[in-house]
Amino acid sequence: MNIIVLVKQVPDTTEVKLDPKTGNLMREGIDSIINPDDRHALEAAVNLKETKGGKITVLSMGPPQAVDAVSEALAMGADRGILLSDAAFAGADTWATSYTLGRAIKKIGRYDLILCGRQAIDGDTAQIGPQVADYLDLPQVSYVYHIEKVNRKSMVVKRRLEDGFERVRAAMPALLTVIGELNLPRYPHVGRLIDACREKAPIEVWNAADIGVETREVGLEGSLTHVIKTFAPKAQREGEIIEGDVKESVRILTGKLKENRLI
Amino acid sequence: MTVWIETANCNGCKRCIKTCPYGAVELREGKAYILEHCTSCGACVEVCREKAVLTDAEPRTIPDFSDRKGVWVFAEQRNGSLNRVSLELLGKAQSLAADLGQEVSAVLLGSQVSGLAKTLFGYGADNVYLAQHRALKDYRTIAYTKVFEELVKEFKPNILLMGATHVGRDLGPRVSRRVGAGLTADCTELSIDPEEGILLQTRPAFGGNVMATIANRYSRPQMATVRPGIMEAVRKKNNRGNLIKCRVSLTEKEIGTKVLEAVRETRGKVNLAEAKVIVAGGRGVGSEAGMKALFSLAKAFGGEVAGTRIIVEEGWLPVERQVGQTGQSVRPEIYIACGISGAIQHRAGIMGSRYIIAINKDPGAPIFKVADWGIVGDLHQVVPEMTRAVSQSMGK
Repeated sequence: MNIIVLVKQVPDTTEVKLDPKTGNLMREGIDSIINPDDRHALEAAVNLKETKGGKITVLSMGPPQAVDAVSEALAMGADRGILLSDAAFAGADTWATSYTLGRAIKKIGRYDLILCGRQAIDGDTAQIGPQVADYLDLPQVSYVYHIEKVNRKSMVVKRRLEDGFERVRAAMPALLTVIGELNLPRYPHVGRLIDACREKAPIEVWNAADIGVETREVGLEGSLTHVIKTFAPKAQREGEIIEGDVKESVRILTGKLKENRLI
Repeated sequence: MTVWIETANCNGCKRCIKTCPYGAVELREGKAYILEHCTSCGACVEVCREKAVLTDAEPRTIPDFSDRKGVWVFAEQRNGSLNRVSLELLGKAQSLAADLGQEVSAVLLGSQVSGLAKTLFGYGADNVYLAQHRALKDYRTIAYTKVFEELVKEFKPNILLMGATHVGRDLGPRVSRRVGAGLTADCTELSIDPEEGILLQTRPAFGGNVMATIANRYSRPQMATVRPGIMEAVRKKNNRGNLIKCRVSLTEKEIGTKVLEAVRETRGKVNLAEAKVIVAGGRGVGSEAGMKALFSLAKAFGGEVAGTRIIVEEGWLPVERQVGQTGQSVRPEIYIACGISGAIQHRAGIMGSRYIIAINKDPGAPIFKVADWGIVGDLHQVVPEMTRAVSQSMGK
């Protein structure tokens, strides 16, 4: 079984801090990681490979340094890595990104299954999976938390709903977006990681010409949506900050709660 | 593409610096300077009034969309009951449509669901497009996408809104790709730009701590998914609308998926939506054992325990207790944030709270900016102390 896994390198946004003086985002020292949901997609792919055989191709789009995410995916068990990297891809919205990924998948060719994380923690859109599926004309199942059965022609999975779940049979090839509940991702294998960082590692970098797209179709120019303004959210509350001794702080706070008839 | 500064034109107004989502522009000798980690996203090009930020991207002409009319809402239903978010969206659609001088329409798909049209009229729909077919009984991506594709092509709506539910977030992107329209996910604010007449879509973005307003100038319909619980459903008494029945042809083969079973799970019945007091933990809680103190405090208040995404990812709390952009939005009387730094995604889910109390070691944590009261201190000491104090007061 040939599986393609879509992976994104993201800043570890849980580490984000604001500059106490300016209120600006402090970006220094923030690590880049494989997007958490994508790690679960990788684990699912490696699991399927272990039971069904086949090959895993990991596909990512990003700046040159995103090759680290691809290497890490190889260390987890992927066989081949492809990074789509070109200045022309920068500033892409999900429309342009899904087109770029879709074109690359067409170039990769044969596959039975495409796996991706439900959403990336830096954008939280959850749009790439379904958009890629539509571009490739594949059935999709999103929010997958259990893979029950995989045959040559179809698979049965469970997808999470707000108040329960659905068991769904999908014709193959199909695209799944997965959530964290699906599995516990393995750690990258150290020996494999060293190999994956070597020059002869099976990682290719493709640019716009390699996948046969024009600059105006991708990146910011190929996007349909554009950010026209960004702003810090208004602090709507005038906070009163209590510092000092714990007992005294709690006494002051409970006093406030009583004043407002909250306790 | 590349972005660069024409220093002769730059007046040092810093507009580009404030706009850059990546902190990749700074002022050097009174002029804007683009740093190496610029991603060429182009946000600065848009805001510069001096034409000092230049790009090699070709200017795009905005197509004529004057034939695109109407604000559409996907009326999401399951087993014949409407999702609340669809009514909330109709509320918002009423004000957007009024600003545009256009009509509100609901799109209702399913099998034997025509009875819901009345409710949709009652919440502001001028038209209900009804597509009924056995194959539409369960929500299935490709079936619903195909119906939307046909409706959009025939009736040419200007705006299309869906709830950011598990269904809406599955269907929205699929429809957007199919009809060639841009889509903005998980919006928290929508309005019409008075000059351009376009939909302004605002959402938390760039991994937190910034809000971004996004426009969809180059395609129609302007599509957005909207978080449940944010917009307000508005009743429109005695509203009568048009029911437009649409013909559907679908085959099982083209749909590609089949729902074998749909199960409702109560999963321990955590009801964050109706909790009066929520005690929430973040990374600062440190361990699963650390959550215990939070449960004690919640018990003292008669409230519930919740957590941030990181807490859920660590496995310290189940996902139904997650609050924030990817979790639930809550609006309790008191929200007590313990060891939560306050990334925007989390804040987005708690701003409806009446009072917010923050407990954090770091006085610079952004959570203090949205708190009514904050205690700077170690939550492992503060929380047990609070539990004692609250139990005492409540006991009296």
